[in-house]
Amino acid sequence: MIRHRLFWPIVALVALLALNTAVNPSFLEIRFQDGHLYGSVVDILRNGAPTLLIAVGMTLVIATRGIDLSVGAIAAIAGAIACTWIVSGGGALTGMLLALCVCVLLGLWNGFLVSVLGIQPIIATLVLMTAGRGGAMLITEGQIITVDDPLYSRIGAGFLVLPIAILISLGVLLAVAALTRGTALGMLVESVGTNPRASRLAGVRSRTIVWTVYVFSGLCAGLAGLMISSNVNAADANSAGLWIEMDAILAVVIGGTLLAGGRYSLSGTLVGALVIQSLTTTVYSIGVPPNAILVFKAVVVIAVCLLQSPRTSALLRPRRRAGTTDPRTPEVTAA
Amino acid sequence: MTDSSAQSTDPVVDMRGITVDFPGVRALSGVDFRLLPGEVHALMGENGAGKSTLIKALTGVHRPTWGEILLHGEPVEFAVPAQAQNAGISTVYQEVNLCPNLSVAENILLGREPRRLGAIDGRACRARAAGLLERIGLSIDPGSALDSHPIAVQQLVAIARALAVDARVLVLDEPTSSLDTDEVAELFRIMRVLREEGVAILFVSHFLEQVYEIADRMTVLRNGSLVGEYLPERTDRLELVSLMLGRELGTLEDVERRSEERKPGTAPVLTASGLGRAGAIAPFDLEIHAGEVVGLAGLLGSGRTEMARLLFGADRADTGTLSTDGRAVRPRGPRSMIARGVALCSEDRKAEGLIADLTVRDNLVLALQAARGWMRPVPRRMADALVDEYIEMLDIRPADPGAVMSTLSGGNQQKVLLARWLVTRPRLLILDEPTRGIDVGAKAQIQKVVADLAADGMAVLFISAELEEVVRVSDRVVVLRDRRKTAELDGDGITVDDVMSAIAAHDEQGTAVAS
Repeated sequence: MIRHRLFWPIVALVALLALNTAVNPSFLEIRFQDGHLYGSVVDILRNGAPTLLIAVGMTLVIATRGIDLSVGAIAAIAGAIACTWIVSGGGALTGMLLALCVCVLLGLWNGFLVSVLGIQPIIATLVLMTAGRGGAMLITEGQIITVDDPLYSRIGAGFLVLPIAILISLGVLLAVAALTRGTALGMLVESVGTNPRASRLAGVRSRTIVWTVYVFSGLCAGLAGLMISSNVNAADANSAGLWIEMDAILAVVIGGTLLAGGRYSLSGTLVGALVIQSLTTTVYSIGVPPNAILVFKAVVVIAVCLLQSPRTSALLRPRRRAGTTDPRTPEVTAA
Repeated sequence: MTDSSAQSTDPVVDMRGITVDFPGVRALSGVDFRLLPGEVHALMGENGAGKSTLIKALTGVHRPTWGEILLHGEPVEFAVPAQAQNAGISTVYQEVNLCPNLSVAENILLGREPRRLGAIDGRACRARAAGLLERIGLSIDPGSALDSHPIAVQQLVAIARALAVDARVLVLDEPTSSLDTDEVAELFRIMRVLREEGVAILFVSHFLEQVYEIADRMTVLRNGSLVGEYLPERTDRLELVSLMLGRELGTLEDVERRSEERKPGTAPVLTASGLGRAGAIAPFDLEIHAGEVVGLAGLLGSGRTEMARLLFGADRADTGTLSTDGRAVRPRGPRSMIARGVALCSEDRKAEGLIADLTVRDNLVLALQAARGWMRPVPRRMADALVDEYIEMLDIRPADPGAVMSTLSGGNQQKVLLARWLVTRPRLLILDEPTRGIDVGAKAQIQKVVADLAADGMAVLFISAELEEVVRVSDRVVVLRDRRKTAELDGDGITVDDVMSAIAAHDEQGTAVAS
């Protein structure tokens, strides 16, 4: 069991939850009130929903050997568009649809740079990572735009027993799992990620597949941006989704999907996202001084990654005798 | 000649009872192997016999589960390849293991660069690399990027790299599989020089001719066990092959060319007229009919692979037209040709064939799946049936559809890639070096499969550097020289000599025309 690739991430998750419970005995309590579930664990799920959603899109991008650094900026753009639209008198639904359409376009742009022009993904998406946040600032004219729309605030803050945000994220996760594993899409994505040249020669539509995963990643980022903005009823172009690409990438990596591309694990990404969010919550609840927060996070992430590495797992396993003649096999030595 | 004296000296390397286990598989069991100074020792065996595993046990890549290795009489244990290298064991692997984006000089001296004031001395680096290249008679610019050279040259660079350390033991794991005749002769010259200097050379090759030409001694492995140690002059070829296969020879001989019976009036499966691409291959005409095996012969770099890639749509043609079954087609990529029933099995298994991280099952159904589109996955039951069928038909080992592709031996990977196309039931199968680097048994098997497929009406374009093989399987042989189609030999009774003189004859003509 120790060799299962999700063993250490799950251990980390359990350890974080245990630590929180030790500090705050009521941590695991869940109350049912007015048809809603309340509690710290539910908060983790709600706050982790945008990261999880973006990480799902990121998983597919990383599986094709890519990376999408622009997701945070796209999330900010989505919130900016929706809020600006609502403030200027538009409906919440059309505002959200408009935002998502723009995010799909931005995903198309990323995918175009990577799959058609052949620009390295890290550079191609870096363009939108910096330019995108600037674009969001332009849309909001540098202001924090607050909205008061009951429909809009439900996306990020609403409840349907569980927070709606986590239901959306889990729904997308399950839909992607069903779509990629139920069809051949997952295998083709892994094939393109492992060996793009060989895949093309085998007739796989490598370009279309790569393009599509960036579009999907853009869409996920947009939806996550709506959640973030809706949760606070405001669009903050400066800080919405800031560094969320790092959390998402970490979630994917902790979940066991290699940055080198190829095989990916959506269940791993789920665990990874939960670890990241629990970590963020823990940092606040156990009172780590604010200026040490990033260091604390880094230490935990490094520990999980180290424990997952093949070399460490070899060290932790009982060592086999090697290079010496075993007396139990006389027929071998006699030969 | 030097044999009796070599016999009396102590072995440089003495491996005793080497056993290597992989998860679930015993790759080697109790193999003894010794290597004397100043000898070329050939390691023989089928794919999966354990040759590579034994080499990797010696070079520190795999740690033996049991057994001991004596180097100059002292027991040694290598945890990592670098330790073996420092102990004077240098290795050149079958697949080029260099950094394509670095320069030739950097590749040769990687990790051993001459330094000045702590920094790498670029000039000394290039000078030393140039010296080593000269020693192996390779005239290329040491400052040029490695990937600007063909694979054959990269292979020779790998050998130069192995010489850069003062190696007492040189391991050559199928160094000749991508070399042409001249380059092999050059390599053998270098090997003889090193042998005179007292270097012990462990040589793996699937070309029996080469082994008989260069080897002083042979060790045969089969299914991970030692068969025995033999002297080439006392073991004839047939005997050696039956030792390797563990059965009497027969399969090799019964792949004879069938006489062709082409129905007149039917359109060729594929017609190329004036097809060409600047810098790759001059415009050529070619017709391939159903049930016909067309051989493509020519020296390395003569444009064989380039021709195949044009026909498959992998590269775009500048000039000429292509048609399948009499209907013109403008390929926009491999997919257009695959849709018309053309398949290409690439010569570069590692870069253009394998999906190393996926299973044998996924690799095998990949082309079929790509043709069906992602919406219609190949049902698991159908995939398993196909995989089982081809594992049995091609004798793929291990016979486990769930095995990860990268764990298979080279020959078995090749069989999976062949099966990948066979399951799509192509009308024209282009095989680019399908038997490179694989053993005689598998070779005969693949040749037989080709013959059977043609008998069932499939058209095959068969590319190989081995003229004997081309002649044996082909109905017609197209000869290439200097990226130009120069001759087409038709009819029964083509011989290797015919093909060779076709290549040579044109050489004179070509220079005459050029001058």
